[in-house]
Amino acid sequence: MKALLIRDIRLAVRAGGGFGLGLAFFLIVIVMVPFAVGADTGLLSKIAPGVLWIGALLACLLSLDRLLALDFEDGTLDLLATAPLPLEAALSVKALAHWITTGLPLVIAAPVLGVLMNLPTQGYVWLVLSLLLGTPALSVIGTFGAALTVGIKRGGLLLSLLVLPLYLPTLIFGAEAAQRGAAGADASTPMLLLAGISAATIALMPFASAAVLKVNLR
Amino acid sequence: MTLTVTNLTIIRGGLPVLADVSFVLETGQALILRGPNGVGKTTLLRTIAGLQPSLNGKVSGAQDQIAYAAHSDGLKAMLSVTENLSFWAEVFGQSDISHALVAFELENLSDRLAGTLSAGQKRRLGLARLLVTGRPIWVLDEPTVSLDTTSVAMFAVAVESHLKSGGMALIATHIDLGIEQANVLDVTPFIARNDVAMGSSVEAFL
Repeated sequence: MKALLIRDIRLAVRAGGGFGLGLAFFLIVIVMVPFAVGADTGLLSKIAPGVLWIGALLACLLSLDRLLALDFEDGTLDLLATAPLPLEAALSVKALAHWITTGLPLVIAAPVLGVLMNLPTQGYVWLVLSLLLGTPALSVIGTFGAALTVGIKRGGLLLSLLVLPLYLPTLIFGAEAAQRGAAGADASTPMLLLAGISAATIALMPFASAAVLKVNLR
Repeated sequence: MTLTVTNLTIIRGGLPVLADVSFVLETGQALILRGPNGVGKTTLLRTIAGLQPSLNGKVSGAQDQIAYAAHSDGLKAMLSVTENLSFWAEVFGQSDISHALVAFELENLSDRLAGTLSAGQKRRLGLARLLVTGRPIWVLDEPTVSLDTTSVAMFAVAVESHLKSGGMALIATHIDLGIEQANVLDVTPFIARNDVAMGSSVEAFL
């Protein structure tokens, strides 16, 4: 399992691995928002948590079609399916590698970009915490979507359509927690629900992903 | 140890392609599968490797014993030869890759990125992967594609030494590998008849 994790991270950071893709997209979107909305700092700080969450979610979505498609094309998935490692574990590890190379950089970049969005001071902690709790769910749900569409050429559109509705609960509670935190209100309820979503998806999604992948490998 | 295939009916796209395939493979033996293109050799190998369900019949002795190699080698262009091999060795719980590098004469290429290798060299790396799995049953689909005669001989030697050390091999190929311990199985007589296909297609889809 460690070998797979190290290999996936190594592949992501080497040339053509797409490590910076999500991060660059996140950066571009958030930098553009103040230009498009205007320099009204009151408005910007009001929409900041929501825009940052949408940016992070779409950046995550952008990198999903590479998650399994490359391993499918070069036959790695067939070989992994015959390896001693259970497919559920292999997919959990791949989701973890995706989170480390995509979700974690977004969490780290978010407070920096929060400055551009004039995010209120008390909101930073909640923004980072909510992203830290929510992005793992995005990675495991995304792995499920990738497993579902893995045999399809140019499956990116279908993947987005399938995954976006599954992302909504995470977005709703994540953005709500960041919003309440920024407004100085109590954010513990949406935060707990967000943690619940992440815990449940991390526990259950690998089994669903492995089941659909087995069908797709036939 | 024995690999036993009993009355196996295999399906492709929901339709049976080969029916009632039976054979027994004992330790130290190799079985060469022959048959025209599209007859179902790949499907048969994938079914035995557990990648595809069969319509009926059974395969015993294959669970967690198979090293499978098909047309694509599962190599990453941006990883070096050593990194590619060590990854698969670790996945299969092995640590030593030097014997595999030696067997397929890859020592001088060990630091090269797999993406910069020629087709034949990639193929050799893909076959070297079999040696680092430590699995006894090799299931190989057209292993000699893009190999020159020297490399084919290299491969035959690797298979023979694998058989001598108590392994088995099931190989679909069109060329003569010159392996002494090998039996040949022509799969053409097992081609499924169409009336069978009509009856079982619904069931196969479920």
